[in-house]
Amino acid sequence: MRLGEGGRPRGEGSLYAMGLNFSMTGIFYNTELAEQIGMTEPPQTLAELDDLLAKAKAAGIVPIQQFNGGATGGLAFPLQNLMAAYGPPGPINDWIFQKPGATIDTPTNLKAAEHLAEWIEKGYFVKDANAIDYAKMMSRFIDGDGLLIFDGDWESGNLDKQMPGKAGFFLMPPAEEGGARAAMSAPLTYGIAERAENADCAAFFLNWVATDETARRITVEVGGSHPMGPADAYMPPVKEGSVTAATLAAGATIAEDNGAMDFIANATGSIYAKGWTPNLQKMVAGEQTPKGLLETVQRQYESELEN
Amino acid sequence: MAGSVRDAIVDLTEARPEASSRRRARSARRSAGLRTPAWVGWLFVAPALLVYLVFVLRPLVATFEYSLYRWNGIGPSTWVGLDNYREVFTDPELLKTITNAFELIVFFSVIPVLLGLGIASVIRRIATSRLALVGRTVLFLPQVIPLVAAGIAWSWMLADDGFVNQVLRWVGLDGVARAWLGDFSTALPAVGAIGAWVLLGLVTLLLLAGMSKIDPVLYEAARMDGAGPLREFFHVTLPSLRQEIGVCVTVTVIAALASFDIVYVSTQGGPGNATMVPGLEIYYQAFSERRIGVASALAVVLMVLVLVCVLPIQWLTRRGER
Repeated sequence: MRLGEGGRPRGEGSLYAMGLNFSMTGIFYNTELAEQIGMTEPPQTLAELDDLLAKAKAAGIVPIQQFNGGATGGLAFPLQNLMAAYGPPGPINDWIFQKPGATIDTPTNLKAAEHLAEWIEKGYFVKDANAIDYAKMMSRFIDGDGLLIFDGDWESGNLDKQMPGKAGFFLMPPAEEGGARAAMSAPLTYGIAERAENADCAAFFLNWVATDETARRITVEVGGSHPMGPADAYMPPVKEGSVTAATLAAGATIAEDNGAMDFIANATGSIYAKGWTPNLQKMVAGEQTPKGLLETVQRQYESELEN
Repeated sequence: MAGSVRDAIVDLTEARPEASSRRRARSARRSAGLRTPAWVGWLFVAPALLVYLVFVLRPLVATFEYSLYRWNGIGPSTWVGLDNYREVFTDPELLKTITNAFELIVFFSVIPVLLGLGIASVIRRIATSRLALVGRTVLFLPQVIPLVAAGIAWSWMLADDGFVNQVLRWVGLDGVARAWLGDFSTALPAVGAIGAWVLLGLVTLLLLAGMSKIDPVLYEAARMDGAGPLREFFHVTLPSLRQEIGVCVTVTVIAALASFDIVYVSTQGGPGNATMVPGLEIYYQAFSERRIGVASALAVVLMVLVLVCVLPIQWLTRRGER
């Protein structure tokens, strides 16, 4: 993790912390339900995804089982995926990293928010989304209730264990065929405090996690995420056809397309709790417009940066 | 057995006739004063006073001080005078938390006290039966269960596929069934209902304790004069419970205005701030937005509000006694 002078912007300047693994987000699907509605391969465009959702709805299957209750507006996941389907990830990262003058209220993001509103209007999200939390979403999806969830690879190992062979993963398809893919993908970073008592010990541990074979295997099998460290370091084998294999492969695609984004919920300390969550909940209840969502969040963002 | 428990609770509510105890206190003071100098009394109070100073008064003063600064909790702070208070009273989002708290008073105070009066007089009439014991235990149970567990259980019951909706659908009210805690119009009343459930038992028990000290002669006289159960309630029970009702209203109004745990567990203020209350907002402002100044200002305003609401209640319910 790099930080500029005085801690802003992020992403450039001196190196303060190192990532040991990076997470990958996208869309998990229930393969049995997918088969039922005739999905043979993951959608290649946003239109194909829309089509899939419509088919699920018509078949009486919950198209998207997404949490949006309490203080965690899970609709931020599909929203950011839609943002990256309509526009390049660069400006979104600039906003998250607090580059001067950055705004979330852009024309392509508006299109994304409008698309999200359309999904809400058509009843593609589970109808009590505003009342369910993350754990509830996971238990319902694992129980076979819901075609899709927008989530991350930290669940890969869990899904491989709980619904082996019955879960799949694909990256959010671009708006136009052949377009670049993007995903929220951020490393978990660790630093050592300047006045740490056992700095050498910590350094040894971080080095071990990054290079040791056992450590890297744990990262993949338990964490479900891609280990970082040297480019030619050991990669543990994964079972073909597993969710873990799919999310690891997605990592390569995202790297190729240079489509990694941080999460819009991480832009400031409370942009998630005070910006995205309440306004996404209002949108689900029909009390917020797409334009209003972006404007309100931008205002919250600016007032927080002022502080 | 039951009688001694009831007496103990009467002691807790400070509802004992005061004249005799005051006399006793005075004579005790006089005899103590003869033997030991006055400062010895302070010595006994000192440990408690010290704890009170360090853990109650000092934070209170510090909160007021913080409320005059703009501070993120770590870095340097700037003096902003009353700006934080101005924000509390002009930001519609912060004001909304205060109106939400007042709405909760209906559920935390009005409903438990009214229901509690009814239930307590019913239990009093059947006091010797086993049913009364069961009723008291069941009603008091919410006070024993940790609020977090209760909140989680309630959020399951109020979920879209939860018990409440199952019952509604079973009786054919499909149209009414909804995710109660996730719906903008029902979230706050649903949180209020949880609060009412928690506080009803406490209120009922306090009122029952109060009823047990009413002289049975009064009821006998009323009955001889031909008073029915309703008359008896309005002319004997209610006037005798003035102090207990005062205590109940005070405790529950404070619980409503300073509510945090039930809301935090069941909705975290959502959906879209529909159930945001000052206690939770203070927490978010201080620890997620890191605006200690605004959080402190809101805390001071909340404290003043509680005092403004509670002092008149105290005054009203005690006036007749002196």
